[in-house]
Amino acid sequence: MSTTSTTNLASGIAHGLERAPGHDPHLAHHFHSPEQQYRSAKLGMWVFLGTEILMFGGLFCAYAINRHNHPLVFSFAAQSYLNVGLGTLNTLLLITSSLTMAWGVRAAQLEQRRVLITCLILTLVGGAGFLVIKAIEYQAKWDEHVWIGQWNRYNNDYNDESPYKEAPPAQPPSPTAAVSAAPEAAPSSSDANKATDVSKVKPRYIGPTGLANAPGQPSAPPAAEAPPASGAEMDQQRAQRYRDLSAGDQWRVSTFFSCYFLMTGLHGLHVVVGIALISWVLLRSLRGDFSSRYFTPVDLVGLYWHLVDMIWIFLFPLFYLIR
Amino acid sequence: MSEAPRSQATNYLTHTRGFKSWALTLDHKRIGLLYMMFVLSAFLLAGIFAMLLRTFLLTPKPWMIADPEKAMRFYNNMFSLHGAMMVFMFMIPAIPAILGNFVLPMMLGAKDVAFPRLNLLSFYFYFVGAMFFTYVLLGGVLRAGFDLHIPGGMGLDTGWTFYTPYSTAKAESGVIPATLGAFILGFSSILTGVNFVTSIHTLRPKGMTWFRMPLFLWALYATSVIQILATPVLAITLLLLVAERTMHIGIFDPLLGGDPILYQHFFWFYSHPAVYIMILPAMGVISEVISVHSHKHIFGYNFIAYSSIALALLGFLVWGHHLFAAGQSNLANSIFSLLTFSVAIPSAVKVFNWLGTMYKGSIHFTTPMFFAMGFIMLFTIGGLTGLFLGALATDIHLHDTYFVVAHFHYVMMGSTLFAFLAGMYHWFPKMSGKMYSENPGRIAAVLIFIGFNLTFFPQFVMGAHGAPRRWATYPPEFQPYHVASTLGAYLMGIGLVTVGLNWLHGLLRGRAAPANPWGGNSLEWHTSSPPPYDNFAVEPVADDPYRMSNWEPDPTGEGWIPSKQPPELEPAEH
Repeated sequence: MSTTSTTNLASGIAHGLERAPGHDPHLAHHFHSPEQQYRSAKLGMWVFLGTEILMFGGLFCAYAINRHNHPLVFSFAAQSYLNVGLGTLNTLLLITSSLTMAWGVRAAQLEQRRVLITCLILTLVGGAGFLVIKAIEYQAKWDEHVWIGQWNRYNNDYNDESPYKEAPPAQPPSPTAAVSAAPEAAPSSSDANKATDVSKVKPRYIGPTGLANAPGQPSAPPAAEAPPASGAEMDQQRAQRYRDLSAGDQWRVSTFFSCYFLMTGLHGLHVVVGIALISWVLLRSLRGDFSSRYFTPVDLVGLYWHLVDMIWIFLFPLFYLIR
Repeated sequence: MSEAPRSQATNYLTHTRGFKSWALTLDHKRIGLLYMMFVLSAFLLAGIFAMLLRTFLLTPKPWMIADPEKAMRFYNNMFSLHGAMMVFMFMIPAIPAILGNFVLPMMLGAKDVAFPRLNLLSFYFYFVGAMFFTYVLLGGVLRAGFDLHIPGGMGLDTGWTFYTPYSTAKAESGVIPATLGAFILGFSSILTGVNFVTSIHTLRPKGMTWFRMPLFLWALYATSVIQILATPVLAITLLLLVAERTMHIGIFDPLLGGDPILYQHFFWFYSHPAVYIMILPAMGVISEVISVHSHKHIFGYNFIAYSSIALALLGFLVWGHHLFAAGQSNLANSIFSLLTFSVAIPSAVKVFNWLGTMYKGSIHFTTPMFFAMGFIMLFTIGGLTGLFLGALATDIHLHDTYFVVAHFHYVMMGSTLFAFLAGMYHWFPKMSGKMYSENPGRIAAVLIFIGFNLTFFPQFVMGAHGAPRRWATYPPEFQPYHVASTLGAYLMGIGLVTVGLNWLHGLLRGRAAPANPWGGNSLEWHTSSPPPYDNFAVEPVADDPYRMSNWEPDPTGEGWIPSKQPPELEPAEH
C-alpha cells in the first residue's frame, strides 16, 4: 500500500467521522462526537491489549527462568517431542489470517462489504485451522504420555493410577534390549551423588518408559514397549540424549511441558475467543452494520487478532526452534 | 443538553425506579453506590473478624476454644479471612471503585465514564468474585470455629499471600476457589483501570489540560496504570498456583523441580504495586480535601501530580524488599533497598505540599478535615517506619514481627481508611443530597484516631522486641501490649459504628445539601446535589480546579455560591 493511499484513507476516515450527524445511532449519549467515541474505544482496546501482554509476560518470565537454569532440558524436550513442521504450518496459518483480518478492516473502512465478509471468513478458517493442528499436536503428546504436570511421564508425581501407566520393571534389564541400558544408563558416580540428593524427594519417579530410568532404579524396559507413534530410531536418539542429561536435568523435563502447555494453552484460549469475536463481527457485517463512519468493532477485533498472532510469533521460536 | 435544567425532583437517584433500574444501571453514580454497598459490607465483615482476632489474642494461650489444635485452625482461618478480604475486597476497590466511579466523570465534566457497559461488567466481576471469596473463607471459619459445615466452605489458612510451598501442599483446600475468587476480583480491578485511563485521556472537557485536572484524577490515573500493568501478573500467578495444586506442574513446587521463591517474586511484583493501588487514590482524596477545607489553592500542584506518577513507577521496582529474608542475593537486596528508599521522596513531597497548603489557609474544622489531618499524621508515622523495614540490617531483625504489622496498618488502615472516610464525608452531600451532622462526625474521627494509635503503636514496640507476627500464641511478656491493642481495636470499632450511624442519620434526617457545601471549585461542585442523571444541566467549562476565589459563602444559608465580583487572579503556581 502506498503512502499516499494510506493518507487518503486516513483523511477519508476522519472526514467520514466528522460529517456524522449528531443523532448517529451508534453514538453513545456520553460522547460528543463519533470521532471521540472511536478514539476512546481504540485507546481502551490498546490498554486492554497491554494487560494481555503483561499476563502472558508472567508466563514468558517463568519460561525464561526455567530455560536459563536448565537449557539442556529445553533443547532436549523441544527437539525430541515438538513437531517443527506442524508448528511452521500453524505460524503460516496465523500470519495469513492476520493479513486477511487487516484487509478486512480496510474493506470495512472503504465500505467494501463483500470483501469484508470474505476476509472475515478466511480469517475464521485460518483460526480454526490453527486450532485443528494444535489439537493434532496435543493428541500426539497425550499418546506419548508427555502431557502437562502429573500426566507427564517425566513428572515426579506422574499419576500411578492412570490407565496408560506402565509398571516399572521388576527385574534387571536384559542386555539385548534395543535401548542398550548397560553401560550408558548406569549413572556415573557424580550422577549418583546428585541422584541421592534428588531421590530424597522423588519416591514415585517413573522414568520415561522405553528411554531410561531414573538413576538408582532398575533400568529401562525394552524399546518394544515404547509408544508406537515414534520410530525406533528416533526413540534411540531420544533415549541417548535423555541419558546424557544430568540427574537434576532429567528430573525437570516435565517443567518444559508445563511451560509449553500453559503458554500454548492460554494462547489457544485466546484463539477461541478471537474466533468467537470474529464470528460476531461477521454476523454484524452480514447484517450490514458497518460503514466508513462506523467500523469500530471490526477495527478492535482486528487489533485483538493481531495480538493473538503476535504472541504466537514469540511462542513458535521459543518452543519449536531452540537448539 | 437542549433540555431544560432538571429540577431536584429528577436527580440520578429518582431518575428511574425499581430493582432492575439499579441492577442493570449504566450510570457511573449508581454503579459507585452499588460498589459502596458491597465494599462496605466486606469491610464490616472483615472488621468484625479483626476484632475477634484481637479478642482471641487477649491471652498468651488461646482461651476462646479449649482444644488448642482447633483453636489454632480457627485463628489461621480468621486471620486469612481478615487479611484477604480487607485487601482484595475493601482496600483495593474502596476509593477507586466507590469514590472514583462517582466523582471521576463529574470532575471531567462528562456524563459518564468512557465505557459504561464495561463499568457495569466490572461491578459484576467484583460481585461474583466477592461472593465466591466470602463464601469459601467464611465457610472455613465457621467450620473451624463453630463446627458448622457448609458445602464448599473449604476455608483458607495461608494468609492473604497464598505463599508456596505451603499453599501447594498442606494448606486448607480452599486455596483453589479462593485464588479463583481473587482472580475474578482482579479482572474487576483491571477493567476499572482501563475505563479510567481511557476516560481521562478522551473525555476531558474544553479548557482542562493535563495540568488543570484535579489532583484526585492524577491519583486515579496513576492508580489505573498500576491496575493495568500489575494485576494481569497476579492473574497469571494465581492461575499458575491453581495449576500447581491441581496438575502438579512443577513451576513453584520444589518437590517437582519448581522454585517457591519464584512465586514470591511474581506475587510481590503485583502486590507491592497493589500497595500503591491502595494508597495513591487516598493521597488524591487528601489533596482535594485539604485544599477545599483550607480554602486555599493547593500548594505545589505540579509536584503532587508528578509524585503520583513517580510513586506508580517506583512501586514497580521495589518488590524485592519483601524477600530480604527469603534468600535473595545480597546484590539484589542492596538494589531493592536503595530503590525502596527512593519511594520516600515523592511521598514526602506530598506531605510537605499538604502542609504547605494548610499554611495560612482558612482552615474549616469539618469532619473531612479531621480525617485528613489524621491521615497526614498516621501516614507520616507509617512512612517513616517503612524506612526501618527498607534498611537491610534492621529488616533482618524486624522481618515477620509485629513491627511489620504495625507499619502496614499505619499505611493501609491509618492512611487509606482515613482518606476513604475523609472522601466519603467530603462527597457525602453530593452523593446523597443530604448533610450529615458535624459533631458526631468529628467525635468519630477523634475516637478512631485514638483507637487506631492505641491498637497499633504497641505493636511497633512489641515487634521491636521480637514478637513474631501471625502467631496464635505468644510469650506472656507481650500480654500488656496485646491487651492495649485489643482495647484500641474496640475503641476503633465504636468510632466506626458512630460513623455508620452518622451516615444513616444524615441520609434519613439530614438537611438538604447545597450544590457546593464546601466551596470547592472542581467541576463536581458545579452541579446540583444530588446530580441529575447526566450530571450537568449545562455543560461546565473547566477552570483551575483550586481557584477558591470563584466562590463566596451563601449569605442566605448554607454552602457557597459563585462570586459576584470577577475573581481576582490568584498568583500563578509556578
